[in-house]
Amino acid sequence: MSTTLLLVQLLNGLQLGIILFLIAAGLTLVFGVMGFINLAHGVQYMVGAYLTFHFYGMTGHFLAALVLAMIAALVLGLVLEWLVFRRLYDRDHLDQVLATFGIILFLNEAVKVIWGPVPLSVPTPEALSGSFFLMPGLLYPSYRIAIIAAGIAVAVLLYVLVMKTRIGMLVRAGATHPDIVAALGVDVRRLFMLVFGFGAMLAGFAGGLAAPIFALEPGMGDNLLIVAFVVIVIGGIGSIKGAFVAALLVGLVDTLGRTLATDTLRLVLDASAANQIGPALASMLIYVLMAAILWVRPQGLFRARSA
Amino acid sequence: MSRTLSTTAPPRPTWQGLRLYSPAILVFLGLALVPTFASLGAENYILGLVTRLMILAIAAISLDLLLGHGGLVSFGHAAFLGLGAYTTGILLTEGVFQAELIVLAVIALSALFALVTGAVSLRTSGVYFIMITLAFGQMLFFAASSLAAYGGDDGLTLWDRADLFGTDLLHTRQGRFYATLAVLLATFVVVNAVVDSRFGRVLRAAKENPTRVAALGFDVFRFRLAAYVLAGTICGIAGMLSALQAEFVSPAIMSWQRSGELIVMVVLGGMATRNGALLGALAFVLLEVWLADLTVHWKLIFGPLLVLVVLYAKGGLAALLRPLTAEGRHG
Amino acid sequence: MAEPILEVKNLDKRFGALVVSDDVTFDLQPGECHALIGPNGAGKTTLVHQISGLLAPDAGTIHFAGEDVTRLPVHARAARGLARTFQITAVVPGFTALDNTALAVQRRSGTSFRFWGNAAKEAALNEPAREALATVGLEAKAHVPAANLAHGEKRALELAIALAMQPKALLLDEPMAGVGHDEGRQLLAVLARLKAHVPMLLVEHDMHAVFSLADRISVLVYGRILASGDPEAVRADAEVRRAYLGEAA
Repeated sequence: MSTTLLLVQLLNGLQLGIILFLIAAGLTLVFGVMGFINLAHGVQYMVGAYLTFHFYGMTGHFLAALVLAMIAALVLGLVLEWLVFRRLYDRDHLDQVLATFGIILFLNEAVKVIWGPVPLSVPTPEALSGSFFLMPGLLYPSYRIAIIAAGIAVAVLLYVLVMKTRIGMLVRAGATHPDIVAALGVDVRRLFMLVFGFGAMLAGFAGGLAAPIFALEPGMGDNLLIVAFVVIVIGGIGSIKGAFVAALLVGLVDTLGRTLATDTLRLVLDASAANQIGPALASMLIYVLMAAILWVRPQGLFRARSA
Repeated sequence: MSRTLSTTAPPRPTWQGLRLYSPAILVFLGLALVPTFASLGAENYILGLVTRLMILAIAAISLDLLLGHGGLVSFGHAAFLGLGAYTTGILLTEGVFQAELIVLAVIALSALFALVTGAVSLRTSGVYFIMITLAFGQMLFFAASSLAAYGGDDGLTLWDRADLFGTDLLHTRQGRFYATLAVLLATFVVVNAVVDSRFGRVLRAAKENPTRVAALGFDVFRFRLAAYVLAGTICGIAGMLSALQAEFVSPAIMSWQRSGELIVMVVLGGMATRNGALLGALAFVLLEVWLADLTVHWKLIFGPLLVLVVLYAKGGLAALLRPLTAEGRHG
Repeated sequence: MAEPILEVKNLDKRFGALVVSDDVTFDLQPGECHALIGPNGAGKTTLVHQISGLLAPDAGTIHFAGEDVTRLPVHARAARGLARTFQITAVVPGFTALDNTALAVQRRSGTSFRFWGNAAKEAALNEPAREALATVGLEAKAHVPAANLAHGEKRALELAIALAMQPKALLLDEPMAGVGHDEGRQLLAVLARLKAHVPMLLVEHDMHAVFSLADRISVLVYGRILASGDPEAVRADAEVRRAYLGEAA
């Protein structure tokens, strides 16, 4: 394997990690503050992607479509919170899992009805359709660079929000001492709604960003949701920092694993066996990583609150 | 929880035991008659559907041992269906036709997978446990999707049939129906016996108060791990039956939605009750068939229905049937 | 003195800057009731948690029945005969009083990895359980779910459970907490009877109970043992009066 290819794979891994972070951040915030496990977070990502597709069709302008999709995702998140989720905060995890599972079934099917089961795509925005010159012999698509940049910007923004603002202070306190926050006279319901809406918007943003690089299809959020779970389990539930570190780790391990596993196996096995086992092994890698980390640290790398 | 406290069980006469299980007895009698009535029309469809129903019931009953009696919300139970199905599919493809050998392999692999993943998952609790079991299930799903030699994403058609001790019992739909019915009955009897046993008592106590149970001197982890292995193994056998019945295996059998559906069945029927998981599987499949008959987009109805059940009708079918069965809680 | 059944040496435990156990050393002799008293926040419950294994000490050792159990998990200590009750009642709420107690008997009579046979009908488990319930005066409530018992009855059930374990030593974390006057008298009588069967480490705020039960009293203040001795000596200790009894009296 050439160095250039390795670098490209590193960047791909980074980019996957960034998308995972955007999904995991909302998930872990919502869990950290409300102790609420939201399986429907993945379909909110999917809806964000489809809305971007929809608004792109209307406006013909990617950035406008992305912004409109984020607003619509926010509205959808708040409506779901109002209709269903707020009735679940006091319930046990099983109830939360089941009810949000019902929402997944509904939204996946609704997307299929509205936009059809056939995979759709959103073109890469004009201004970012070129390639970026990184070094001699290494061109990397500008749009993917933009995703990485946008993700890092969001991570910085989140860090500032959580560490430097009053709401962030409440969010952090809420993650470790929810009863104290309530006792401070903070309107917990409004705080919950705010955090929930914000998380939904982040998921929608991730979906919109991913729309030009992944195929849009019903259920596209489900698999990513579970990988996002792996991310927050590794990072420690409720920890934004943990989510960031773990997302990049998982993104890199998954991408590099898929590239390297077969080649590495060829060193010890014959080619056909390596071709057989390599992909299967590569797809299991992040879960094995999760198991290994949990074996050493059952609370994940940066745990913020007890589950 | 108040329902579990309503009555207690001083030694009960046998007829009360029969009453407790009356819904299940009716279901089993009905199932035994299905082949007779199926021969009147649409035989293949009905036998296939009911066999599939019974397979899901086996999986659901095994899951209830964890979910209902152990308080362990495992979101990766369908992985064992997949493990059993793929073990069967791969062995048949590779020329192993003896069902008795296949079942041994299924048991060994399911137990091993449960032991390893359970040992990791059970070190955690609460929402971690949910996410980790989900992740392990997904791991197996992707591993199966990558098995290019055995169909990959598209799945694997089984051209050969298994022989049971040299007979062609499993070659016909009727034979597979009765074999599945026998396994379902055995599962029902075994799981209910385990729940009543010394082991089951520790498991149930640990669900309500693990600290107290540890302070009595029980290593809660070992009991939960044993339950996890037992439930996984039973579900693996259900997976084997599924492969034999459909003569086809694909990763879809262990999708995470399937794990979710198994939980729905248990909750719909009533967790930690005698007949709940069986009735829940029955209700789920019939509801699915009925709704799918109304519209191909039946999930548009089923999804919100599930939300409503969770919000307003916890306790499941078993709660509705309680006056009939006089079911209380045993220690 | 004989070989102590429980021996705690130089135990240290802190949560950040908060010291909850500061070089704690004491023991429990066979046949003895050793009371541990001290103001709220003195670190009594954390000490019981460390002895029973719910919390790991930062330093120091715990020996039980001649064996170092400092690093053993809760269930392993309990299996060696170290029973405890909880300050906040800890029973299995959905189980009847009898089943709660029979579960304790089950631990010491044969394997619990038995997957068949109805455990609730095993006479070999139920008979000793009924005896334990009778000892604490709960035999009439055998078939009542623990969640439906009155508070004092739950405290008594905890004692029955501990008794059914046939422990070598008993850690009692405020057995009288929240119990009314009449219930308290009954409970005290039960504890007095128990004392004849098993050595007890008694953490308690009720001074009447402490002085009527204890053979020896240690006073814990800010995680330190301030004084230790027979009840009369402790009652007379000026420092103890100032630090603790003075406020309580």
